[in-house]
Amino acid sequence: MAAQVRVLRQRIRAAKSMKKITKAMELVATSRIAKAQEQVAASLPYSRAITEVLTALASNTRIDHPLLTPRERVRRAGVLLVTSDRGLAGGYSSNAIKTAESLLARLRADGKEPSLYVIGRKGVQYYRFRNRPMAACWTGFSEQPTFADAREVGETLIKAFTAGVDDGDGDPGPDGVFGVDELHIVSTEFKSLMTQVPVPRILGPMEIEDRPRSEGALPAYEFEPEAEALLDALLPKYINTRIYAALVESAASESASRRRAMKSATDNAEEMIEKYTREMNSARQAGITQEISEIVGGANALAASGSEV
Amino acid sequence: MAQQLHVELVAVEETVWSGEAEMVMARTTEGELGVMPGHAPLLGQLAESGQVRIKVPGGDQLSYEVAGGFLSVSNKGVTVLAESASPVRAAQGS
Repeated sequence: MAAQVRVLRQRIRAAKSMKKITKAMELVATSRIAKAQEQVAASLPYSRAITEVLTALASNTRIDHPLLTPRERVRRAGVLLVTSDRGLAGGYSSNAIKTAESLLARLRADGKEPSLYVIGRKGVQYYRFRNRPMAACWTGFSEQPTFADAREVGETLIKAFTAGVDDGDGDPGPDGVFGVDELHIVSTEFKSLMTQVPVPRILGPMEIEDRPRSEGALPAYEFEPEAEALLDALLPKYINTRIYAALVESAASESASRRRAMKSATDNAEEMIEKYTREMNSARQAGITQEISEIVGGANALAASGSEV
Repeated sequence: MAQQLHVELVAVEETVWSGEAEMVMARTTEGELGVMPGHAPLLGQLAESGQVRIKVPGGDQLSYEVAGGFLSVSNKGVTVLAESASPVRAAQGS
């Protein structure tokens, strides 16, 4: 009996220290969500402004930029997958990977050869373990992405996309590099604190919406330098902005997902502590009862034997 | 001055400065440029590592070091888009 009590006491101690850890992680994740959401809000003015500028530019020029025109034949498609660096975030990374996998399957069914670009250690581990090739991978910034990170990713993607212009069937074209003809991104959308959904989106070629011009004709813009040169400079920046936005939103989703996972882990630890405490108490009580009955039984036996002598 | 210019200087990660100003000076890839209220709509790419100077009412002048920037002038005001922007203290003349 005493042994059982000791074992239970050990388990309670273990559960308590686990609870401390998960509680701490929950609190850290909670503060990270707030920070990531601030980051999302802070990046909005820029993305709004650059969209406005692009719309103005697009409605003033003839558009035949490689980043804007769909390729006649799409042979290879680049997929950028955003996962987390660390685990213990519930299904965050595996959900993103699952979504990416179904996108890859769809691309293959369409006769497009996918090439993978992965952000986050978890995704990299997944593909490396399965010996599946990745075109490029980045790790170390999934929780707190900066624009410099997004720019690095964006430049790699744009390089691959522009390299895909001259590709033929099974031959890399004059530049000797296999590029991609389409760009997709799989990132996790932050719907609310409770729901985050991984979604595949198309990054390139981009589509420009023809917005109905409600405020009359847009003013005729002057361009410095020429509109084509401006478009050349602006579009990569726009893609980088899109990637940055996806990274920041994914970071918020990751923290939210981790907070939820850690909250339920803490709750479970509490439940376990309670259960073990009950068991321990009843074991201790049983031990005491047994001892008393042993003593009483012993005393009775002694008394009985004493009276007989 | 009766008329003022609404200026927004936004970097990717945050809005750096926004407010009313008398004039905005910047250098595009084509050359130096000053924007005053009532300027015709304009889109420009700023010269690399160029400075953007904003003259605020009262004679003060704010200077920012801007990388990867664009300048957009519309009837609503001036928007400077930048990959990064940091204030320059030494260049504040007055």
